[in-house]
Amino acid sequence: MIKRLNFLGTPSRDKLNLFISIGVFLFVLGIADVILNSFFEINITSILPRLFNYFTPLIFGFIGLHYIRIEFSGNRILDNLNKNINSNWFNAVLSLLIIFVLIQNIPPLLNWLFFDANFVGETKEECTGSGACWIFIKTWFPRFIYGLYPNAEIWRINLTFLMLIALVISGFFVPPKIKKYIIIFLLFIFPFIAINLISGGNFGLEWVETTAWGGLSLTFIISIFALLFCFPIGMFLALGRRSLAPVIRYSSIGFIEFWRGVPLITVLFMASVMMPMFLPDGTYMDKLVRVIIAITLFEAAYMAEVIRGGLQALPRGQYDAGKSLGMGYWRMHLLVILPQALKLVIPGIANTFLALVKDTPLILVVGLLELVGMIDMAKSNPDWLGFATEGYIFAGIVFWIICYSMSRYSQSLERKYKTDR
Amino acid sequence: MSDQIIQMENVNKWFDDFQVLKDINLEVRQKQRIVVCGPSGSGKSTLIRCINRLEEHQKGKIVVDGIELSENTKNIEQVRAEVGMVFQQFNLFPHLSILDNCSLAPIWVKKIPKKQAEEQALKELEKVQILDQAKKFPGQLSGGQQQRAAIARALCMEPKIMLFDEPTSALDPEMIKEVLDAMVNLAKAGMTMIVVTHEMGFAKEVADEVIFMDEGMIVEKAATKEFFANPKSDRTKLFLSQIL
Repeated sequence: MIKRLNFLGTPSRDKLNLFISIGVFLFVLGIADVILNSFFEINITSILPRLFNYFTPLIFGFIGLHYIRIEFSGNRILDNLNKNINSNWFNAVLSLLIIFVLIQNIPPLLNWLFFDANFVGETKEECTGSGACWIFIKTWFPRFIYGLYPNAEIWRINLTFLMLIALVISGFFVPPKIKKYIIIFLLFIFPFIAINLISGGNFGLEWVETTAWGGLSLTFIISIFALLFCFPIGMFLALGRRSLAPVIRYSSIGFIEFWRGVPLITVLFMASVMMPMFLPDGTYMDKLVRVIIAITLFEAAYMAEVIRGGLQALPRGQYDAGKSLGMGYWRMHLLVILPQALKLVIPGIANTFLALVKDTPLILVVGLLELVGMIDMAKSNPDWLGFATEGYIFAGIVFWIICYSMSRYSQSLERKYKTDR
Repeated sequence: MSDQIIQMENVNKWFDDFQVLKDINLEVRQKQRIVVCGPSGSGKSTLIRCINRLEEHQKGKIVVDGIELSENTKNIEQVRAEVGMVFQQFNLFPHLSILDNCSLAPIWVKKIPKKQAEEQALKELEKVQILDQAKKFPGQLSGGQQQRAAIARALCMEPKIMLFDEPTSALDPEMIKEVLDAMVNLAKAGMTMIVVTHEMGFAKEVADEVIFMDEGMIVEKAATKEFFANPKSDRTKLFLSQIL
């Protein structure tokens, strides 16, 4: 029965053109069926029974792909296609389903994002199209970036970040000798300049409360400081956990397990509500500083375990060799052990850094409004109700760009430090 | 004797309940070349690792170049800087080039200026005939080249004593010779050497004394010719008959 139905025989090279033309025809028919169905509401197979004609695109496409599936056809494009999306009937069905889902979803998405969206205007009322209202993002953009920072002082944030970017970029292009000084400047001097410039209070700059800081710039400030501090702390904790001195080892274990055991939200609440109670009378520590310390210690515990993984992976011979050359504990670790261990765990370190950046929106719970917090505030503004989707998509894109570039950078570091063949 | 450089008296060592070294007494004079052999697990490696305190002994006394090995870390680092060691698995630092491997310790431990340390490293690399590999990383070298680089690295610290822990055991047969040649040259230059090895040809060529160890004890210690011609204990005879 099946043999008689398959009147053309198995697809083969002998009748290549015949099989390809029938296959491509059926495949295109299947796709046309989906397109007509979903966008023009025309059903070309309506003569068939209802349950059956729902599956017709899949059946057409499936038979079409079956006829195209000719091994070693000699046509390079066809061979690649067969190898990658049409190697057997299961792959063919998966490929078809993915193509159908894309056809049905991409155009509406593009319509919403671009073609029906509103870009021009000032107020909510000008959002007349059925698509996204990007006017919302455009109007609130300065707030999303700078938070509640006074408009007249925004140049200070711009200047700080421009300086940072300029320093980092110049770091890539100057000879190694000067690069060393740029890195030292960036790590040890620039943070103080940046904080002074942004918070003000001296050199004739107006004092800006940290509660007014916010938006994407706050995301960066918190992330950068937490990254800067959590790395060395994590490194010492990792070494401490492997130390032979019980006091150091057990205090490291205790610290790591404590911070890994509590949720970040709890830590943030503790930092903002409880910590002032433990501080001696009369001392005051800014809420932002407390939050940065909390996030730093929290992520340092994770960083410690990542780095310990790298230390664990090094063979004992490396320690032996370091010791036999007369190196003490610190020289051996700084010159021999850590460079190798850190290289091994670059993916893990990048992971922790990404998690840190994405954890920053949680500071919302203690009343600091970074990017997501500002979007939350904007979407509940009476003049701009109903644009939460646009806001969150914007935040998603921004975070994705930040995290993806960090991830790419970590990959390039991996390649750079790869010394084995 | 005044030219004694290593002195071990009644050295005992345990790994948990297992005794690896039993009442070891050994004296090494300057420029003396000693080969230690014996079956695996007999404590040969542990013995020479005790000399620069990569392993701690629990009982007895070890004096190296007038410094007694004790808990005092300053003493240990001082001894280690004077005792070079070459390992079975080479243990080069894979993240550094061969040249940096050789100049790292002189720069950071002996505080020699970078330029001078690199010049010396190149000189040592030339002696072991891998000057052309200086800029490469350990992973790009053959086993024999890596082991010679490891010897050069140890020599850059200008040690008074060199310890070799089965330097040829991890090598392909055709690479053994190039490493042994480097060691023979070193012996001819008058270095004090203690070598754990199964290469009896090397022992016959350069050693002044051969030590045979079994079950943590020194079973036999004799001048090289004597050792191979008339081994005294039955255990030594058996061992020699198996490996020669």
